[in-house]
Amino acid sequence: MHILVCDGTGCRSSQSGLISEMFRDELLRKGLKNEVQVIRTGCFGFCEKGPIVKILPDNTFYTQVRPEDTAEIIDEHIIKGRKVTRLLYLDPDTQEYVSDSKHMGFYKKQLRVALRNCGLIDPENIDEAIARDAYQALGKVLSEYTPEQTIDIIKRSGLRGRGGAGFPTGLKWEITGKNPADRKYVVCNADEGDPGAFMDRSILEGDPHSVLEAMAICGYCIGASNGLIYVRAEYPLAVKRLKVAIEQAHQYGLLGEHIFGTDFSFDIKLRYGAGAFVCGEETALIHSMEGKRGEPTNKPPFPSQSGYLGKPTNVNNVETFANVPVIILKGAEWFSSIGTEKSKGTKVFALAGKINNVGLIEVPMGTTLREIIFEIGGGIKNGKKFKAIQTGGPSGGCLTEKHLDTPIDYESLTAAGSMMGSGGMIVLDEDDCMVSVAKYYLGFIVEESCGKCAPCRIGNKRLYEILERITKGKAVPEDLDKLRNLCNVIRDTALCGLGQTSPNPVLSTLNNFIEEYEEHVFEKKCRSGQCHDLLYYVIDEEECTGCGACKRVCPVNAISGEKKQPHIIDQKICIKCGSCMEKCQFDAINLKNEYKSTTVSV
Amino acid sequence: MSTKTNTENHIANECPYNGSLPEVEVKIKLTADKIEKIDAICRSFDNDPGELINVLHETQSEFGYLPAEVQDVIAQNLRIPVAQVYGVVSFYSFFTMTPKGEHPISICLGTACYVRGSEKILEEFKKELKIEVGETTPDGKFSINCLRCVGACGLAPVVMVGERVFGRVSPEGVKQIIAEYNN
Ligand SMILES: Cc1cc2nc3c(=O)[nH]c(=O)nc-3n(C[C@H](O)[C@H](O)[C@H](O)COP(=O)(O)O)c2cc1C
Ligand code: SF4
Ligand code: SF4
Ligand code: SF4
Ligand code: FES
Ligand code: FES
Repeated sequence: MHILVCDGTGCRSSQSGLISEMFRDELLRKGLKNEVQVIRTGCFGFCEKGPIVKILPDNTFYTQVRPEDTAEIIDEHIIKGRKVTRLLYLDPDTQEYVSDSKHMGFYKKQLRVALRNCGLIDPENIDEAIARDAYQALGKVLSEYTPEQTIDIIKRSGLRGRGGAGFPTGLKWEITGKNPADRKYVVCNADEGDPGAFMDRSILEGDPHSVLEAMAICGYCIGASNGLIYVRAEYPLAVKRLKVAIEQAHQYGLLGEHIFGTDFSFDIKLRYGAGAFVCGEETALIHSMEGKRGEPTNKPPFPSQSGYLGKPTNVNNVETFANVPVIILKGAEWFSSIGTEKSKGTKVFALAGKINNVGLIEVPMGTTLREIIFEIGGGIKNGKKFKAIQTGGPSGGCLTEKHLDTPIDYESLTAAGSMMGSGGMIVLDEDDCMVSVAKYYLGFIVEESCGKCAPCRIGNKRLYEILERITKGKAVPEDLDKLRNLCNVIRDTALCGLGQTSPNPVLSTLNNFIEEYEEHVFEKKCRSGQCHDLLYYVIDEEECTGCGACKRVCPVNAISGEKKQPHIIDQKICIKCGSCMEKCQFDAINLKNEYKSTTVSV
Repeated sequence: MSTKTNTENHIANECPYNGSLPEVEVKIKLTADKIEKIDAICRSFDNDPGELINVLHETQSEFGYLPAEVQDVIAQNLRIPVAQVYGVVSFYSFFTMTPKGEHPISICLGTACYVRGSEKILEEFKKELKIEVGETTPDGKFSINCLRCVGACGLAPVVMVGERVFGRVSPEGVKQIIAEYNN
């Protein structure tokens, strides 16, 4: 028997480390150490209900396990064979406990290709990876296929880059492979800078060998014997597991000199990012790996022509690589049978925000947003109303109700005014202010712009200031036109992808939620009540006893009223200090997002 | 985020007329063994300028931060202008020129945490500790920083104190977190 304990970042944060130790201790005490194995795995995906514990072979899926539950699981389940019902997942629709993850709404529509081993193996034990076919694809390629044949398989599979742009992977390998340079590099982009996304991180933490193996396959195809992984220093666990995995692969002769006894040699080194979003852009990433400031440069030359140390370099994303070994083993036809006409295979998304099932999901391309939000995601938190879903992070946009039936692929998301991006998906509900959301992303961009070109450095700052004026109720009608024009200028003139896509959150909210912008500008109203400056202290005539306490405390004499008569706040004078509300003993003063202009002049 | 304030601090320190500014003086005298330590780190990377970022990572994990004097020594070892070292240090938000608190507090401002109210949490920490982002309390106990997504979005909003992750933090919970480290 096996006890799998999730050791992903989410579950670790709620004591999964302690849980696996307590399982081990308890097994030792009960003399079951040899019969039952405790395995720490990567993320299961269902982080919302973590810590997750899964028992094999009967596939029992326990959720929200606490350290004090471990003894009961051992006594009841492992020893007596009775499931601990209260720790099973309770289906919110049927109100029935579900024990096999296959039957949970969260997993039913998922298809795990890139995440195939996450949550199944101990990422720090190469034997478990090998038992699940790791390095078989590398062996097959080295013994049966030429580089050209291998590239042809990847091309026919239809695999496209998962880092955002969706460039065909096989084609990229072919271009870099044809370059006659003496030295070439394979680079894995593990910089994952989208704030609120953790797809790549989960793959590196849960199944690092799939990436190492694919990098070696890529090296064989393009004629490179050096690989580099550019990984964020903020991902200490991923770094640690990569180091362990590289060392174990070396011990087994799966990396290093003469792999599988062939002429092919390949080694992988780590390079660390240091907290700069723009370093996810491939030219900036390469400069950063050379020890410089991570500023992008114009393309061409593309990295495939002149990259790391001036040599041809093939840059691919973590998830792109994770797909490669399965494609080799199961065939191009198998992979291309999944997905839509132009987007093949699956995509991993980090689903978060105002949704019931926050977590990591992998679905076939062509799945609709509705399926993701309402079936896999279990709908909106606290029964609120769905408002928008943000995809593609700071480069993407917000989609609405009317896009819910859009099948997800590269083209359709772009056509809808957003983009695939690396896979962040943030669900927003009626309480979210769309202008504030756009401002949030612009704030991020202003901080992360490298400053090399003026449209991005200055333009985004101006965009941010306009948005700030709007949320503070200080905007004038022309600001809306200015906003749109400036967006277009930045998009058309910025040097790198960061600036070229940075107006997307603004443009997409302008297009889909113009009425909210207009309310802020013309009515000085924020319908969701998020913009503090557009909230008003209002006295409820019914509740007010006319005690006058508020009037005395108001620092700017904004309150007037006769004794024992309902008082009134002059919104023109009020500075929103909140003192009156604190003082009123009759709860007569409330914060409202509008006020009757008939009683007070603006 | 922190680097910006640090840059300003640094410039302020260089300015001869800043007597009235309350900036913390970060200048320290490096002892011989500290210099030796930096030398050793540089040597372990063959004094290769291409390894600058790795050198800085190691040095920062050794010293906790990268004051100007340390950057000087690194520049000499790698035979590059100190301006280049400073250029890299100030570019990347992971590198800091001011010492962090004994318990560095990082508030996640990633999107998932943002939509679940992390800005309010940040405001609460600033109010309770009476410091701004990138600053350290006068007793050296706490410092506040922001980060973007620690990968525990399911627990949003998330706060990290050192290596420890606190999930589903509410504005009311902020006091408790501080109290836990304050005795
Ligand atoms: C501002 C910006 C940030 C990016 N961040 C990432 C990232 O975090 N991870 C990533 O894989 N690609 C990122 N990219 C895309 C890369 O430049 C590059 O296209 C990608 O790594 C290529 O790999 P792929 O073809 O496998 O997707 C970013 C691009 C831009 C313009
Ligand atoms: S668009 Fe922005 S991030 Fe890109 S080069 Fe210009 S300033 Fe730097
Ligand atoms: S303190 Fe309250 S009850 Fe008294 S006058 Fe003001 S609003 Fe009315
Ligand atoms: S919020 Fe402050 S300024 Fe406004 S009416 Fe109340 S006490 Fe006066
Ligand atoms: S971290 Fe455990 S399920 Fe995601
Ligand atoms: S956004 Fe805060 S943990 Fe992901």
